[in-house]
Amino acid sequence: MNSALFVNIFRFLLLLAVQIIIFNNMNFLGYISPFPYILFIILYPVNSNKFGLLLASFFLGIIMDMFSNSGGIHTAACIVLAYYRPYLFKFSFGLSYEYQTVKLNDVITPERFSFIFLSVLVHHFILFLLEAFSIGFILDTLIRTLLSTIFTIIICIIIIYLIKPNRR
Amino acid sequence: MQQIFNFIYKNSNRLLFLLLLGIALFLTIQSHSYHRSKVISSANFLSGGVYERINNVSEYLNLRTQNDALAQENAKLRSLLFDLKDTASIPKLDSIKGLKPTDIIVSKVIHNSFNSYENYLTLNSGSLQGVQPDMGVINSLGIVGIIDNTSANYATVVSILNVKSQINAKLKKSNHFGSLGWKGKSTGYVQLTDIPRLAAIRKGDTIVTGGQSVIFPENINIGTVDRIYIDNQTNYYTLDVKLFNDMTNLGHVYIIKSKGREEIINLEKGKKDE
Repeated sequence: MNSALFVNIFRFLLLLAVQIIIFNNMNFLGYISPFPYILFIILYPVNSNKFGLLLASFFLGIIMDMFSNSGGIHTAACIVLAYYRPYLFKFSFGLSYEYQTVKLNDVITPERFSFIFLSVLVHHFILFLLEAFSIGFILDTLIRTLLSTIFTIIICIIIIYLIKPNRR
Repeated sequence: MQQIFNFIYKNSNRLLFLLLLGIALFLTIQSHSYHRSKVISSANFLSGGVYERINNVSEYLNLRTQNDALAQENAKLRSLLFDLKDTASIPKLDSIKGLKPTDIIVSKVIHNSFNSYENYLTLNSGSLQGVQPDMGVINSLGIVGIIDNTSANYATVVSILNVKSQINAKLKKSNHFGSLGWKGKSTGYVQLTDIPRLAAIRKGDTIVTGGQSVIFPENINIGTVDRIYIDNQTNYYTLDVKLFNDMTNLGHVYIIKSKGREEIINLEKGKKDE
């Protein structure tokens, strides 16, 4: 229990630092930017406290907003993702996901991939929608969402493989 | 009473979600209105400090281009000095305002953003150095933006690559003016709207800041006309302006402190009140 808490705090700080120092400075073609910091919400233990996840996502988002001068867009996207995470689990792993030991931090299977894909898509769509904040930019918003989602997923999978616990 | 507590206990997750979502949407809407939130900005102690540390390291990566820019600016200033051999053209001392109508504060961009619709820069000087909101920011090539928020040691700047930015600009050769904004497309181009059809415009004409604004002095370079559109409904031109500045690579900047600004603002405010 205690070690899980420490792992999560460590992950929170490390992902934020990497996002701010490296990934915020990445732009392909002017408007494709990856946000792998949401890996914190994706990898949060499945059956632990939802209250804690909501609060942690709120602080994750608000720190990102502070560093990117963007009002509350990251905060809103993060807490929506955190709140609807159980529904996404149900969709990708089937109804009985709570009784299985779902481990995301492992080899990518179709279920895991669909869960990561949906999470990133939900987060990015809300993020770019609130960023544009107008219907006039809707086509642009969809293109940005799609391209950034692909980019974020690639980086997320690379990170998952890098931090995957070693097995003999 | 018991039922109320039961309800709150049962739905605690949903209530917390709605509360936090409310806060987030409030901050979002506030950031899209003109008066921005003062709390969530990178001018504060924490993010300003972190950005300054990061910049201390990454500064070394583009020292060469910064040096080139400084050398070129020096050369330009030197050529101005050589032209000024004639003693008659030394400006007279104005006893009310002092010698110059504007002061300049040197500062450095410690964080730059250009990939969203509303881009902000962070500078490493703040109210302790005399920086205040609504001062203009330029560099040796052209305009950069307008100061938005300040803290003790840091300031945020509304970049000209921000859909909310509106700057008065004019044609250098004919004084026809319009307003300069950004449509959110490319980082190298901004749009100048409301130029009357009477103006004779050619591709390649220089656009400079206009004299109507109290933020920028007149005749600071912005860019050259790249494409001309005619708006059929309003009889005005819309121009694509190619910036002189590379907004993706900014180093040292100058903050312009105009001494007459407060006087002009007070005067215009007085006119409105009457």
